[in-house]
Amino acid sequence: MQSDIRRLSLILLFAPFALWIFLLIVLPHIGMIALSLREKVAPRVYEFGFGNYIDFIQEPIYWNTLLRTGSMSILVTFLALLIGFPIAYYIAKIAGQRSKGALFLLCLIPLWVSDLIRAFGWILLLRETGVASTFLQWTGAIDQPIEFLYNDITVVVGLVYTVILFMIVPLVSTLDGMDDAMVEAGYNLGGSGFTVLRRIIIPYAMPGIVSGCIVVFMLTAGSYLTPILLGGKNSSWFTEQIYDQFITRFNWESGAAFGFLLLAFTSLVVWLGLRLTGQTLANTVAKS
Amino acid sequence: MTSTDTPDLECTNLCKEFGKVRAVDNVSFEIPKGSFFSILGPSGCGKTTLMRMIAGFEDPTSGNIDIKGKSVLNTPPNKRNVKMVFQHLALFPMMNVYENIAYGLRCIGMDKAQIDQKVRDVLDRIALPDVGNREIHQLSGGQKQRIAIARCMVLDPDVLLLDEPLGALDLKLREAMKIELKLLQHQFNTTFIYITHDQSEALVMSDHVAIMNEGRFEQIGKPEELYHAPRTAFVAGFVGDSNRWSGKVTGLQDGVAKVTTDAGLTMLCQKQDGRDVREGQSVTIYVRPEFITASRSKGQDTQTSDLNAIHGKVDSVLFNGANSRVLVRGPSGELIEADVVVTGSTDDLHAGDEVRLNWSDQQTMCFAT
Amino acid sequence: MAKSASNKAFLLGYRLYIVAFFIFLAAPLVAAATFAFNDSLFPSLPWQGFTLDWFFNDTEPKLGMFHDRRLLRGLYYSAIIGVMVSGLSVFVGTTNAFLFVRGNFPAKNFFYIIMILPLVIPGVILGISILVMASNIANGVEDRFDYELEFLRPGILLVVLGQFSFVTTITSLVITARLKKFDYTMEEAALNLGASRAQVLRTVTLPFLRPAMIAAGIVAFLVSFENFNTTLFLVGSESPLTITMYDRMAKVGSTPVLNAVSFFLIVGSGLLALISVIVQRNAPAD
Repeated sequence: MQSDIRRLSLILLFAPFALWIFLLIVLPHIGMIALSLREKVAPRVYEFGFGNYIDFIQEPIYWNTLLRTGSMSILVTFLALLIGFPIAYYIAKIAGQRSKGALFLLCLIPLWVSDLIRAFGWILLLRETGVASTFLQWTGAIDQPIEFLYNDITVVVGLVYTVILFMIVPLVSTLDGMDDAMVEAGYNLGGSGFTVLRRIIIPYAMPGIVSGCIVVFMLTAGSYLTPILLGGKNSSWFTEQIYDQFITRFNWESGAAFGFLLLAFTSLVVWLGLRLTGQTLANTVAKS
Repeated sequence: MTSTDTPDLECTNLCKEFGKVRAVDNVSFEIPKGSFFSILGPSGCGKTTLMRMIAGFEDPTSGNIDIKGKSVLNTPPNKRNVKMVFQHLALFPMMNVYENIAYGLRCIGMDKAQIDQKVRDVLDRIALPDVGNREIHQLSGGQKQRIAIARCMVLDPDVLLLDEPLGALDLKLREAMKIELKLLQHQFNTTFIYITHDQSEALVMSDHVAIMNEGRFEQIGKPEELYHAPRTAFVAGFVGDSNRWSGKVTGLQDGVAKVTTDAGLTMLCQKQDGRDVREGQSVTIYVRPEFITASRSKGQDTQTSDLNAIHGKVDSVLFNGANSRVLVRGPSGELIEADVVVTGSTDDLHAGDEVRLNWSDQQTMCFAT
Repeated sequence: MAKSASNKAFLLGYRLYIVAFFIFLAAPLVAAATFAFNDSLFPSLPWQGFTLDWFFNDTEPKLGMFHDRRLLRGLYYSAIIGVMVSGLSVFVGTTNAFLFVRGNFPAKNFFYIIMILPLVIPGVILGISILVMASNIANGVEDRFDYELEFLRPGILLVVLGQFSFVTTITSLVITARLKKFDYTMEEAALNLGASRAQVLRTVTLPFLRPAMIAAGIVAFLVSFENFNTTLFLVGSESPLTITMYDRMAKVGSTPVLNAVSFFLIVGSGLLALISVIVQRNAPAD
């Protein structure tokens, strides 16, 4: 009887999980893939075929955009790690007890501010009539208003800005768990600052680094607002193509194919990243 | 209806198997009303499993458990009148002291005024009348301990189980709590079953102690019986300190066995009742340090018939106040411990002194191996 | 380590870097918030003086956010969606936590990874895939039974489902982490003191999880509130605030009323995030 109750409660606990995953993740993705393999041959007549994927391959704009999105996302991820790691290390290991809590809070509080507001803030700062341009004119450094928006550098800066906290927060938690004595022992045994960093700190923080990188990469590759608002019409971000196919052209078949391609491409990058660093999804993202 | 001689707890042929492992192996015992009973054994001996079966968290594979003369095998844990103090106490951190103690009473649906009265009573009895409104994390280790006991005692259990509750305390507090637990048990006059791997806890507090090893009870008895008359080699080795030799019986005369150790020493030991020692048998010998006297050897050898003697050289003196010892290197190179009195005068033994160790054959415990 | 001069210089440089980073972090938010108080029709310099008109004024051209019907409606829909997503995802997050911490079933690790996946699927894809599925079902029903399933067309329900689909991973992780810290013997202690299984759950286990559940609920609400990518594809006529703001930005251009909303959202979400951090930090440890 005891084991019957146990089995029943297991089933009851499994039900919400199964419903969620099956109805909202698995089934929609199958539907999306099925839709992407459908070709329109006449109004309201469809056939199975790889036409949408062939279109993608034949049109350089499409795959160029995907490659561009992918490579810029990798760049953003790398920059976020490069800029974020020292910040996380400072918060976790160098700051005093009191300022540590305060600094971490400063990172946590704006974590969930909308991309829209962040991008809006940058627009106010960087546009032709914006704060930066006005300020530079006032100092006399320039005599004409300058447009800082609508170029790739701004897009990258904006993206790094949007996602960097998702890098810092898991890194702080990981580094926080590191025993200071490990670093001290590293120095004590004759390591230089660089060796200690390379041989002790980074290997220890690896799960946090990988976790941060995965989340940041996925957020960047899937972002929509920041590239469009800061990069303007020519930002050529792949999510924009998906939106275009779905909403503007109402070509759902091709949009679904693009969606699947984005998913496959980003998953491939993440899989490669996990492979290269020898981590798994379960011991990285799950821990953050 | 309940006769006075019904034991509070009786276990009969209790067994518990986890897969192929027999954690508890045919254990039988009964605990008389109002006594302090300890189960002492090394970690992994099955004592926690035994306790969890009594509390109802595990079902025995076979055997029976009677509480106040009634089998509880089919009673779920929340209906057994056996309360338990957990190893890490398991006080509820999201409730204050009062709520922790009132928890069980609320579960049985007692009315508020009565709960209030009972909680106040039990807090008085554990001499912590004013802590009701404190949070758990504001209490000291010893106070937590007492609250954990009060939380159980307020329910008037037939038996209180304590699962190594002193383990987490520091040494000083542990010593104080030993005495306190004993006093609390007297005060509540409830049967306590105390599980521990720390022999001094078991010996100091208990009326009776069961020594458990590999799922079986080796011996049940009063603390002094276990110490002075261990019935198995395991008990002799586990309870108290002892010097140990293995050897062979080379002679038997008038109930005194002559044993030659593997290293060639000869010792005499009095044969105790019920212990089967035959000539030619391999045996292990245990001698407690406090029964060995160490004195400077002055050349002459005064071996009387009932006195064992060994010559050796003091290797080091382990000063520990009243419990000081010397480590003596015997003729075959082994180290022997003997209690000594260190007075600080010049008569004290020092490292390098030649000494003679003596002990009586009555204090030589010999077990067949 | 000796505190040499170069070491000190390094530390100073390090500190400056930290300061620079936090300025970088704050700058756009400060810019977005500050212009809400500029008495001008455009959110740009020069500073024309302090005003609260962009919050409270009730006439055009300076219509304040608290009198702007469409913004208020967006706020209202966002709040409704947020509450629904938060409630649902905390519930499923809690059952998931029990499932993965207490449950014992085949391929548990595999399912655990499946549970994490929604977090790393781009939000756009979640949006379109759910849109495709819902439309397929609705179209199928319409074709076959000539009956319109209104709720499967873009609208609040789809937005809620879309956000719920990945927010649940976040709540599950937060609540699982807390449940893992739970000392199992506390449940046994409660049983031992005479509580029934249901009483144990209600009086011991759930109160222990409560801080994590509250924090997870707040985070779920915030994520839902700020979500754009998934929502974009699923939204019907009831636009939540981010969509409304985006429309306004695209059609009307930036106006200070958007700064007022930004200020409101920055402060509001900051406070909620602060509460969630405090709730978790003050939770009793074991």
